[in-house]
Amino acid sequence: MIDRDQVLHVARLARLRLSEEEVETMVGELSGILDHVDRIGKLDLEGVEPTSHVVALENVLRADESRPSLPRDVALAPAPEPLDGAFRVPSPQADA
Amino acid sequence: MAGLLDLTVAAAAAKIASGEISAEEYFQAWRGAARGDELNAYLWQVEDGNGYEIEEGPLQGIPVAVKDIFCTEGSPTTAGSRILEGYRPPYTATAVRRLDAAGARVLGKTNMDEFAMGSSNENSAYGPVLNPWDRGRVPGGSSGGSAAAVAGGLAPCALGTDTGGSIRQPASLCGIVGLKPTYGAISRYGMIAFASSLDQCGPLTRDVTDAALMLEALQGRDPLDSTSVGIEGGIVAPSREDLRGLRFGVPGELARDSFEAGVREVFERTLKRIEELGGEIAEVALPSAEHGISAYYVLAPAEASSNLARYDGVRYGMRSASAADLLEMYETTRAEGFGPEVKRRIMLGTYALSSGYYEAYYGQAQKVRTRIAEDFADSFATVDFVVTPTSPSVAFGLGEMTDDPLSMYLNDFFTVPMSLAGIPAISIPAGLAEPEGGGTRLPVGFQIAAPAFAEQKLLEAAYALEQAVGFDARPEGSGG
Repeated sequence: MIDRDQVLHVARLARLRLSEEEVETMVGELSGILDHVDRIGKLDLEGVEPTSHVVALENVLRADESRPSLPRDVALAPAPEPLDGAFRVPSPQADA
Repeated sequence: MAGLLDLTVAAAAAKIASGEISAEEYFQAWRGAARGDELNAYLWQVEDGNGYEIEEGPLQGIPVAVKDIFCTEGSPTTAGSRILEGYRPPYTATAVRRLDAAGARVLGKTNMDEFAMGSSNENSAYGPVLNPWDRGRVPGGSSGGSAAAVAGGLAPCALGTDTGGSIRQPASLCGIVGLKPTYGAISRYGMIAFASSLDQCGPLTRDVTDAALMLEALQGRDPLDSTSVGIEGGIVAPSREDLRGLRFGVPGELARDSFEAGVREVFERTLKRIEELGGEIAEVALPSAEHGISAYYVLAPAEASSNLARYDGVRYGMRSASAADLLEMYETTRAEGFGPEVKRRIMLGTYALSSGYYEAYYGQAQKVRTRIAEDFADSFATVDFVVTPTSPSVAFGLGEMTDDPLSMYLNDFFTVPMSLAGIPAISIPAGLAEPEGGGTRLPVGFQIAAPAFAEQKLLEAAYALEQAVGFDARPEGSGG
């Protein structure tokens, strides 16, 4: 159903590093789940409108006015590595 | 002491309002009970609660156990995950604020399946919660800590969230009342997102009256959640004594669905009770409901994979110490911070949304969702409510299903269709049954679903039925 290469590809898309053992487990478990889920793939649902939201709401808007937001220091407080009013992260390139 | 803890929330609030008991004395009694938590129901408890300003209101002085998925300013909020260990949010969820405004006080934050993904509470990064009826069994999930706290006499009432059954199923397995309101009845602001088109919070309580009291405090439109609309006319305490003139639809499909014999027996006995109260039982058809689990386990993981992208080690929560560059930091932080079930669902959701599979999975699941909503709409044209068991079994053993994710998912069989349709549903304890394979008799929940925003009618019917059923069993050794 889903093979090792696909699992590795999806893990990359999801920014998840999987151990060798996790890759093996994931191949088996995801295949089992997808086997079950695939039943809906066989249903004839031609012309059925997809539902993305159950309550009939349209254009819920507020007045376009500026409002106070979280102060910068409060927003930065839970960060693992705040620095000079910003979020510090490792360089995008290891040798940069 | 024991006398105070025996009171329902409605009774305690009335006594506090009249001055018969003091809010402080009541709160401290519950704090004492909560400190005796042997079920791992709490992840955090309030330090002392002294000097806390209590608002006057319908929940004046009532302590509430809050699922750890709600942001509470300044106190730890983990959503049951390692990745949020040590996180103290800079703001409080609207639902918690509304309880505060009604006079309630947070007693503690309750354990849960990581990011609300699970039906047994075994997916918490902080250890499983034990079922107060039998400590070798699960309390259900994902609001397992909230349910165990109320059933085990560690809190008078609790707040939970329900995406596919996460309030109703643990309420059922712990022998208490659990209500999932209509999607949009209560604000989701500050409630850590799992699947945004399905997530809805609601009360877990000892009885239906307390659920109504909490719902009235919680419901309402919130400018901070544009999908919230509230319940028109609000909610009052239910008082109905009979079920005359009401029609209860039993899905014909139940005849061939497999669930425990004990659960079936309690379910059928409850149907008789409905008839004794003057209610009418009719058969309805939910032909698409059998595809509910498949649709749900595409839609919910898909939305989760997007919602959980925010946990990247940059703005809050943990960050892996070992990364050489940015991409590696993302990947290793998420690898170390998420547990196996969360990884599984992120993978499933990412796959379902990936190029070439979107229509086959996500698109198709959204259409099944339409069909299920139509099934309910058709049913409600001829009946007032749809009723089912809440869970196919009584509480199962710890570790019994952890190796088989699919069979765990099938636990949500009876609760997922209502979530997909966005309609309200309540689980009330209807009796005790022996588990398959024997053992102590355990609670069985009865689920009643109603049309969108018909909460008042739903609570009235549940109240009448609750009085007639007279479920008063309590787990041994529970505080109350």
